[in-house]
Amino acid sequence: MQNFVELWVYLSSAPLFGLTATLAVYVLAQAVSLRAEHAPWANPVMLSVAVLAGVLLATGTAYPTYFAGAQFIHFLLGPAVVALGWPLWQRRAALRARWGRLVLASLAGGTAAAASAVGLGWALGLPGDVLMSLAPKSVTAPVAMGVAAQIGGVPALAAVFAALTGMVGALSARWLFGLMRLPTDAEGMALRGFALGTASHGIGAAHAMQVNADAGAYAGLALGLQVVLAAVLMPLVFRLF
Amino acid sequence: MRPLQGLAFLLLMQSGGEALSHFLKLPVPGPVVGMVLLLLALRWSPVQAAVAPAAGFLLSHLSLLFVPVGVGVMTHLALLSAHGLQLVAVIVVSTWVGMAVTAGVLRLLQPKASEHAELR
Repeated sequence: MQNFVELWVYLSSAPLFGLTATLAVYVLAQAVSLRAEHAPWANPVMLSVAVLAGVLLATGTAYPTYFAGAQFIHFLLGPAVVALGWPLWQRRAALRARWGRLVLASLAGGTAAAASAVGLGWALGLPGDVLMSLAPKSVTAPVAMGVAAQIGGVPALAAVFAALTGMVGALSARWLFGLMRLPTDAEGMALRGFALGTASHGIGAAHAMQVNADAGAYAGLALGLQVVLAAVLMPLVFRLF
Repeated sequence: MRPLQGLAFLLLMQSGGEALSHFLKLPVPGPVVGMVLLLLALRWSPVQAAVAPAAGFLLSHLSLLFVPVGVGVMTHLALLSAHGLQLVAVIVVSTWVGMAVTAGVLRLLQPKASEHAELR
């Protein structure tokens, strides 16, 4: 028993632990998701986060210790964002034809998400720095952190809110779009993907990508537009207040 | 070899993006600038052939890449439990508002069926 504890202490402090745990738990979560036929409750990001956070809390492992290994996966977000250019390139003719509409919808959706978050949060009596961390929550986490820092929020909180927003969107998209009676043909999937990517950035886009190629491509485009619009406009808007 | 070349090219575009973003003091982060650079570079067919497998692999496992950030939620459990209900309400409602408004506006601006046949 003593030896086992020593072995665990040694392994859990090495970067190998965070990397192995993340990959292994994710592979299992994906298998569950497949078995459940992509049911919303079986979202692989949410399952993995719940299991990993549970393990870390139960074993008293600090997040930075875990991240020392998980950073190798985290790092790939950069090239993955660059790679989002590929599905856009494949659909360039269709995109050129609907460019204006997409920018307008992105602006309207992003504004609605940020304004409703800050407005409702203010009405519920949340403190100011929490409100400013909520504002950029529909933008992908690394950008949300930068925007929050500029407008008086807390970067770490912004990352947490962005992650939660992504999971909420991925979980409820099918239900909400069904309620709105959006079609499920290629055109409808593009529309659904774009709306999901606008409100729920990368985690939404990742979910869309797994459901349908068109939805995924448009979610990726929405994520990119949201980054550009939020990074440029949000600091300007909040400077006015 | 191809996927490796593609990954190297994606990292090259990201580095270019980071450099541009840093030196021109753009408010947009490096990887997003890199995505624009990639769109410009995709005109050349060798780039297309190399990038396709690498991009396909990364994007089909995009969910995995968000897990480390997501686990970070555990570091703020105190705040989340102090304002838990309010935060859940705000995040859920504003996410739905964002999705519904985007989808609504897009559907409103969409041309009728006869027109969008030519866009396909």
